[in-house]
Amino acid sequence: MSAVNAAPPRPGFATELASAVRAFPTLLRIGVAEVVAYRAEFLVWILTTNMPLVMLALWHAVAADGPVGRFDQAQFTAYYLGVLVVRLATSNWMAWQMSMEIRDGTLSAKLLRPIHPLYAFAADHLSAIPMRILVVSPIVAAMIATSWDRLARHDPSLVVVLLASLVGAWLLTFFSMVILGSVAFYVDSAMGVFELWIGLHGLFSGYLIPLEVLEGWLGGWVGKLAAVLPFRFMLAFPVETLVGLLSPAEALRQLAAQWLYVALTGVLAVRVWRAGVRRFAAFGG
Amino acid sequence: MPGLAQMPLGFVARYAGLFGVQVRMSTLAAMQYRVDFVVRGLIAFFWSALTLIPLLVVFGVRKQVAGWSFGEALVVVGWFTLLRAVLEGAVSPSLTAVVEHVRKGTLDFVLLKPADAQFLVSTAKLEPWRVVDVVGAVVVFCYAFATLGRWPSPAQVATGLVFLALAVLILYSIWILVVSAAFWVVKVDNLSYLFGSLFDVGRWPIDVLRGVWRGTLALAFTFLFPTALMTTYPALALLGRLDARTAVLALGGGIVFAVIARRVWRRALAMYTSASS
Repeated sequence: MSAVNAAPPRPGFATELASAVRAFPTLLRIGVAEVVAYRAEFLVWILTTNMPLVMLALWHAVAADGPVGRFDQAQFTAYYLGVLVVRLATSNWMAWQMSMEIRDGTLSAKLLRPIHPLYAFAADHLSAIPMRILVVSPIVAAMIATSWDRLARHDPSLVVVLLASLVGAWLLTFFSMVILGSVAFYVDSAMGVFELWIGLHGLFSGYLIPLEVLEGWLGGWVGKLAAVLPFRFMLAFPVETLVGLLSPAEALRQLAAQWLYVALTGVLAVRVWRAGVRRFAAFGG
Repeated sequence: MPGLAQMPLGFVARYAGLFGVQVRMSTLAAMQYRVDFVVRGLIAFFWSALTLIPLLVVFGVRKQVAGWSFGEALVVVGWFTLLRAVLEGAVSPSLTAVVEHVRKGTLDFVLLKPADAQFLVSTAKLEPWRVVDVVGAVVVFCYAFATLGRWPSPAQVATGLVFLALAVLILYSIWILVVSAAFWVVKVDNLSYLFGSLFDVGRWPIDVLRGVWRGTLALAFTFLFPTALMTTYPALALLGRLDARTAVLALGGGIVFAVIARRVWRRALAMYTSASS
């Protein structure tokens, strides 16, 4: 509590943003150095994302005797490689980090610094991106080798949508993770909630099964739910754009929906964070 | 510690007693947090249900995948659920605690106790609410055999149980190997996640992977990281599709695995220099 009370009065949003922008290059440099220092762990962490490959093998076996809807074997390959790329580029372990820092009190140090902790967290995760690109590049190469003709490259508008959708996916994931991590302000052990999240995300984001294949299942209500929930905009939407499953018009419509969700979760994340910090009572530290 | 051959009865009784004490302690600790206990049980149940969805979707599209029908694949899922209950309820929490001991240097207190260190650390922490998963596994088994329209014979059930013991042994051995790594590299919590994600492959019959890279992947998951031994083979045993030769080979392989793990653990323990202060 004392850490929060001792802090100077909150500066305005503009000053806060300006100081964050000034500090960002340094923060990013520290982040990159950290990732490089713990490269072995980083690599092991990346290797845990192997589920799409298993699902790919499975669907290959399924599609061996004919395509499933629009998906034949080659389409499954493109799809799951796309899932790997997008997932590795935009995923985020923020909720775990937050809950740990809240529980063991290390968050107080971040609160004392003259920069909003959320910017610091964001810098932390952005700085992992160069290393992630390095890891992802062989997969991208495999994608180009196997499914060059399917990728969204014929239509420049789709390429623009793809880039915007990747940024949107990153932000959406980040904000939802902040909201999720803030649960730790209220509950001592938030791991159960995180597990629930992983489960829902896996199903509704198209991580396990392409949403198109899921659509017809159980009278279609799972597909309908997947269409409205935010999960698809974190993964399925960029992937579908990437592997050319969406028409430009449909992609644009989805992009609008995605950024609407980004705005909503952004506002909610900041609110929840503020309410949470007020409850924060730095254990240990 | 005496070898397996000259293990006296009193010795076994003593360790059985110790095991009882450890289980009671864990249960008491878990019961302290009653809400957490119930919530985590519910989540475990929900999680099991969720992991069934890919299977349901796949078999909604096809009657057979890689030579497995829906009911048969469900038997594999049953074994997977059962083993995951063992892994996350008994094996994983204890061994995560060891890693913590090694890092902090508090393993000294364990080593000082007049009982086998591997036994003590392996039974230190249990998560009783995983029992929900065991119930889930039984439900899956019943449903699977009801779908198949036939039930396993007593002999098949017996073989299945032998394979269950084998699977637990292998699971535990791999974990011991992972934890032994903690003596050298200290930070292995990520390895446990990797372990979990590889173990997830066991949800599917191994034949599903046969088409990938001319079967290399299937071989890797049979011999290197034997999830096939843990879920597919027991399922085959229960379905009566396992021939005797394969069964004996699998059993032999599993035992060799366990012996190696025990050896590595002893070597690793000798490396321990206590990091306390």
